[in-house]
Amino acid sequence: MNLNQLTITEASAGLEQKRFSAQELAQACLQRIQATESTLNAFVTILSNEAIEQSKQSDARIANGQRHGVLDGIPLAIKDVILIAGTRATGSSKILSNYTSTYDATVIGKLREAGTVFLGKTNCDEFAMGASTENSAFQTTANPWDTSRVPGGSSGGSAAAVAADQCVAALGSDTGGSIRQPAAFTSIVGLKPTYGRVSRYGLMPMAASHNTIGPLAKTVEDAEILFKTITGKDPRDSVTVDREATSYKLQATSLQGIRIGVPKEYFIAGMDSEIEQSVHAAIAQLKELGAQVKEISLPHTKYGLAVYYVIVPCEVSADVARYDGIRYGYSIESDLEYLKDHKSFSLLDVYKDSRARGFGPEVRRRIMIGTYALSAGYYDAYYAKAQKVRTLIRRDFQEAFQEVDCIATPTAPIPPFKIGEKVDDPLKMYLADVFTVSLNVAGVPGLVLPCGFTKGNLPIGLQLIGNYFDEDRLFQVGAAYEQSTQWHLKKPTL
Amino acid sequence: MLSTEEVKKVAQLARLNLSEEELELYRGQLSSILDYVGQLKEVNTDGVEPTSQVTGLANVTREDIVEKASVDEHERIISQFPQKENGYLKVRGVFT
Repeated sequence: MNLNQLTITEASAGLEQKRFSAQELAQACLQRIQATESTLNAFVTILSNEAIEQSKQSDARIANGQRHGVLDGIPLAIKDVILIAGTRATGSSKILSNYTSTYDATVIGKLREAGTVFLGKTNCDEFAMGASTENSAFQTTANPWDTSRVPGGSSGGSAAAVAADQCVAALGSDTGGSIRQPAAFTSIVGLKPTYGRVSRYGLMPMAASHNTIGPLAKTVEDAEILFKTITGKDPRDSVTVDREATSYKLQATSLQGIRIGVPKEYFIAGMDSEIEQSVHAAIAQLKELGAQVKEISLPHTKYGLAVYYVIVPCEVSADVARYDGIRYGYSIESDLEYLKDHKSFSLLDVYKDSRARGFGPEVRRRIMIGTYALSAGYYDAYYAKAQKVRTLIRRDFQEAFQEVDCIATPTAPIPPFKIGEKVDDPLKMYLADVFTVSLNVAGVPGLVLPCGFTKGNLPIGLQLIGNYFDEDRLFQVGAAYEQSTQWHLKKPTL
Repeated sequence: MLSTEEVKKVAQLARLNLSEEELELYRGQLSSILDYVGQLKEVNTDGVEPTSQVTGLANVTREDIVEKASVDEHERIISQFPQKENGYLKVRGVFT
């Protein structure tokens, strides 16, 4: 086995026992990136020199007996919407193609303290808006399981990098499924934490009332390690909370006494039959492990996507107002070609032309929807209405969690689709998120893990939904399932 | 279906300079997305409070203290101004 294929726990044990160095581990990942990147296009920026430098520092700490913990020396990939001071951060947008982060995101600061190595910044849909990475201004990432297909999105670069062993684990962000759907599409583990459990300071904003940062990893245990490192209250993100971790001891692999709900609304007409079968088989396996499985109802599920596609564009239209060609990023003021063609222009032209030229089609579309829905006369019909239906969706979950400890569902209604297949029809693309958005609308956590493959060898993911702040239940149930199956051990051939 | 005038007005409010073709494209796409989200009308929300925060927080405050940026941060910020003069951000006049 090559070093880059190791999990966090395996690599950490190897470093601890000095079987290999952090530098060798980082080098193995960088070599893998070099060998596969022309096929995958998972990275927007590769930080080779910085990564080697960080790995050397880690080796020095290990040599002095001052290793910072389980993550010291572990090479990670970071979605390019998260800031690392002094390095390029684009959000896969043309408007930030020349932007250098001025400070570290809080999660990056925490990982630095833990001693991790940053291999590079991964590709995503522009400002995390999309479900396939095709909305990136720079490149489309390929799915390592079938390179003619998308890896999902928006954290598709991070997912592909983990699945293809270009890194040991990665960070992504999830506003409507952007960690979980790519995790399912690439047969890895992804966690969307409870809203407010991880600080978003230093994350490019994308719908502040839905947005979360979370891990993409090779095992449930690795996802848990990363989550527990980055979680916590941060005065710089006012929605973060102080919560004691509720730690459930994993009873070997038994789920005796755990109540798992299966919502009938998540098995809909038109969904892929192989996905349906695999998820049902996974639920049967949870029962086999001792869980009590019962059918439940989340009656407002069918409105989740509509609520999402009102509130999120409204928030987006405000979020991206900061990109105006004035303080940083792309501006017509420094675009020589524009200046050649336009001899005189006004401040208003700076805003309108910098934004029109800097943003891609999906971002412009969401700005337009949001601006319309928030404009005078429409606010009550769209935004206020959606926030009321949102209350009903939250209530669905609150009521369900009085009866069950955890909910099991499919992650996406379809397997990874062909590159180009859905780019011309935004609504069709939005439907890829139909089973994931409600968690963001409500704020509850979700863990996705591999649960099978289609006959065409395309990955299928199981989604476990937890109660507010109950990530530990997800780790417990997820780990029990993972240890009783082999799906997570299967690797793509590249 | 939205009218071209409506789409133009939204683009103006959003500070986006869109071409005639883009306006037409977004007119169609926006209309179908608005049709889709229109299904929310069928939900009875009488007496339902709108959500303002999903985990129940309200009025989170902190001390309003100015933190000094490091020289590094300061330089990184200024170096990215599209237009600058003597270390200040330079902007076109609002009234010209």
